[in-house]
Amino acid sequence: MNNEMKMEFDAISVNEGFARMAVAAFVSAMNPTMEELSDIKTAVSEAVTNAIIHGYENMYGYGKHGDVIPAYETLHQGKVYMHCRINKDTFYIDIQDKGKGMADVEKAMEPLFTTKPEYNRSGMGFAFMEAFMDDLEVFSEEGSGTLVKMQKKIGAGSWIEAC
Amino acid sequence: MEEFQIVDNCLMVKLPEEIDHYRSGYICEKADWYIVKKNVDHVVFDFAVTRFMDSSGIGLIMGRYKKITCFGGKVFVLHPDKQIKRMLLMAGMQNLVEIVE
Repeated sequence: MNNEMKMEFDAISVNEGFARMAVAAFVSAMNPTMEELSDIKTAVSEAVTNAIIHGYENMYGYGKHGDVIPAYETLHQGKVYMHCRINKDTFYIDIQDKGKGMADVEKAMEPLFTTKPEYNRSGMGFAFMEAFMDDLEVFSEEGSGTLVKMQKKIGAGSWIEAC
Repeated sequence: MEEFQIVDNCLMVKLPEEIDHYRSGYICEKADWYIVKKNVDHVVFDFAVTRFMDSSGIGLIMGRYKKITCFGGKVFVLHPDKQIKRMLLMAGMQNLVEIVE
């Protein structure tokens, strides 16, 4: 099966849930197992959260439960771009932002490294993306944004137990 | 919806169905308020109804761990499902908190 989907949405925290639900719905046509689906949802959630809070530095949502903050007045404007493709049994997803980018991608990908510990970030985002998807590539340039490319084969069997 | 309760000086936090960055902020803040203002001894996170978590959940537990250990307390994690347990182990949380199934 071949299929393609593109999405563009505002870089605000409330869209994290929307993004992973939309991707899950798109992937469900491939008949993934529950494990595969939750792997993909986690990886998408990590990448989109990174785009929003690191790329555009929109911390909206943090500690403001139920508060109605006019999102567009207090936020850095920006969009997150998602491009999903299904090619036979492989699912490809690109998640891109045009935010501030990173100077040192390798450092950012180290487990437990985070630039925002004060916001309860764990530094595990890239580690989870790497572990839950089959392939992960990150392209970033300071000042012009970040592109995360991931792919996963669906129907490859169950988990290989970590640890 | 997340619920907070104090039972025998332990803060019990019943976590919501999905934990992401959007939802975790409020839980962090409220849990911290209980830790500081109510002098709880230990913190218990109950994942019984949680079906989705990303690294924000790790941040949530790690942050509370750092605070409660200052007062000599412990963090317990109850009923994580397979996927959540896998993430906890990958982050090395089994060395910091007690995971009870």
